[in-house]
Amino acid sequence: MEKRELICIGCPLGCPVTVSMEGGSILGVEGNTCKRGDDYARKEVTNPTRIVTSTVMVEGGTDAMVSVKTETDVPKEKIFDCIRALKGIVVKAPVHIGDVIVANAAETGVAIIATSDVK
Amino acid sequence: MSKVKEYDIVIIGGGPAGLAAAAEAKRSGTDSVLILERDQELGGILNQCIHNGFGLHTFKEELTGPEYAARFIAQAEELGIACKLNTMVMDIGSDRVITAMNRQEGMFQIQAKAVILAMGCRERSRGALNIPGYRPAGIYSAGTAQRLVNREGLLPGREVVILGSGDIGLIMARRMTLEGAKVKVVAELMPYSGGLKRNIVQCLDDYGIPLKLSHTVVEIRGKERLNGVTIAQVDSKGKPIPGTEEDYCCDTLLLSVGLIPENELSRGAGVAISPVTSGPVVNESLETNIEGVFACGNVLHVHDLVDFVSEEAKAAGRNAVAYVQGRKKNVSGREISICPADGVRYTVPSTIRREMMDDKLTVRFRVGNVYRNCFISMYFDGERVMHRKRPVVAPGEMEEIKLEKEKLLSYPDLTTITVKIEEE
Repeated sequence: MEKRELICIGCPLGCPVTVSMEGGSILGVEGNTCKRGDDYARKEVTNPTRIVTSTVMVEGGTDAMVSVKTETDVPKEKIFDCIRALKGIVVKAPVHIGDVIVANAAETGVAIIATSDVK
Repeated sequence: MSKVKEYDIVIIGGGPAGLAAAAEAKRSGTDSVLILERDQELGGILNQCIHNGFGLHTFKEELTGPEYAARFIAQAEELGIACKLNTMVMDIGSDRVITAMNRQEGMFQIQAKAVILAMGCRERSRGALNIPGYRPAGIYSAGTAQRLVNREGLLPGREVVILGSGDIGLIMARRMTLEGAKVKVVAELMPYSGGLKRNIVQCLDDYGIPLKLSHTVVEIRGKERLNGVTIAQVDSKGKPIPGTEEDYCCDTLLLSVGLIPENELSRGAGVAISPVTSGPVVNESLETNIEGVFACGNVLHVHDLVDFVSEEAKAAGRNAVAYVQGRKKNVSGREISICPADGVRYTVPSTIRREMMDDKLTVRFRVGNVYRNCFISMYFDGERVMHRKRPVVAPGEMEEIKLEKEKLLSYPDLTTITVKIEEE
C-alpha cells in the first residue's frame, strides 16, 4: 500500500491529509476535517486541478486591467495554456463581474470570466 | 473650517474591516454611519488580491479578492451607508472629533459618537531589515509588485528572488511565474514559513519554486538596477553562516517580510498599543482604552484570512452601536485579564468584562513557534478548563478559542484566563 501526504488547499486551514492507495485506486482519505478535503485529496492523486486567476487589459475604462478567473477548476497541466489563451486580449469597458472573457479556455470546456467591475 | 457634522458611527477605512463593520452597525439599529476612505474606491487591498480562496467561511464559496470586496460594497450600497472617498483622516481628537480633508471640502471636522478604527496594515520595508548593499531600482515590497502586475498591468522584472515567505510573497511567486518571469528562490529567515501551508503547495510546489528556510539576503548588487543578490544560511540566532553564500542573478527582489498595523492615527488619539501586535489593546467589545473608540481587522492585529476580518469587524460594528445606544455603559464589574503564556504570543481581546460580553466570544491568538503534537490549554486562574490536542500549530496561522458567557459567569471570582501551549 502506498501513502501520499498532502496539504489540502480547499481553504486556508490547510489540513494535512493522507491518501492510502493500492495500484492506482484509493483505499481511504484521512486527516481532512471536511468534505471538501476528501474531494481535494481524491482529485489531487488522480487528476489534480486548480482555479487559474489572472488579468486582462481594458480599453476605455477607469482601470487599466480587469481581474479574471477560470469559472471552475481546470487540470493542473492546463494552467499555462489558460494563461496563454488570455494573451493579447483587450476588452472594452464597461466590464462586469461574471462577464465571459474567453468562452472555452485552452479546450478545457471552462470559461474565463471577469472577477471585477470596470466602469 | 466648515460646520461640524455629527454621526453615530464613523469608520476610518473602507477595506474589508470597515465595510463589514459599517453594514453590521447599520443592521444593529443606527442610520447614522459614515465611512472615510483615503483611496478612490472601497474594498482596500482586496482589489489587488485577484487570486481565489476568499469567502469560504463568509459565503460558503470560493471567491477572488475583488469578488469578495464587491459583495460587501454592494451590501453597503444597499444599506445606504454614507461614504467619503479620496478622504484622508488627519487626526482623531479628544471627544472623538475627527479632522479629515479631501479636494472637494478641504479640511473639515466630524463629531462621532463612536469611532471604529479599520485602517488596515502596511508592509514592512527594506529599511526595517538592514540588508547591506546598494540601493538600486528593482527592489519592491511584494504588495507593490502585486499592485503593479494586477492593477497597472506592469511586470516589475523578469528574474526574481523573493525574501520572506509571507502570503503575499508566495502569491506573487506564482503570479510573476504565470506572467512569464522566472522566480528563482524564496528565502525565509525563520526555520518555518510565515505564510499559509496551502500557499506553499499551490504557489511554490506547483511551479517547482524552491523555498529555502533559515536563509536570508546578505548582499544586494547593482548600482542603477539590481543585477544580483547573495543568499546565505543563518544559524539559530539568525546570523549568516560564513561559507554558505550563494549568488543569484536577478533584476528584481521582492520583500514579503511582515505586515505592521497602521496605527499613527490611533496613537495620536491616545490609544494604547500592544508591543506584540502593534495594534490597539482591546477589551471584549473590541474597544480600546479610549472610550467609544473601537478597532477591528488588520489595524488591530494582522489576520491571515479576510473571512475572520469580516467576522471581527461585525462584532466591532455591533458593539459600537450598543455603546452609542447606551447598552454598553461601563458597569463597575471586575475585569478579567487574558494572559498569553508558554508559546502564545498575544490574545485579542486582552481583557473581558463579563457583563458586557456576548453569549459567545472569540479569542484569537498566535503562537511564537512551530509546535507539533501539542495541546492548546486554557486555565481559569489555576484550573485547566480546556486542553485541545493539535497535530501542529504555527506562527503563520492564527488560532482561536470560543468563550461562553455562561461558563464565565459560573466562575464569579475569576481574575485571570491563561492561554498556553502544553506538551501534553
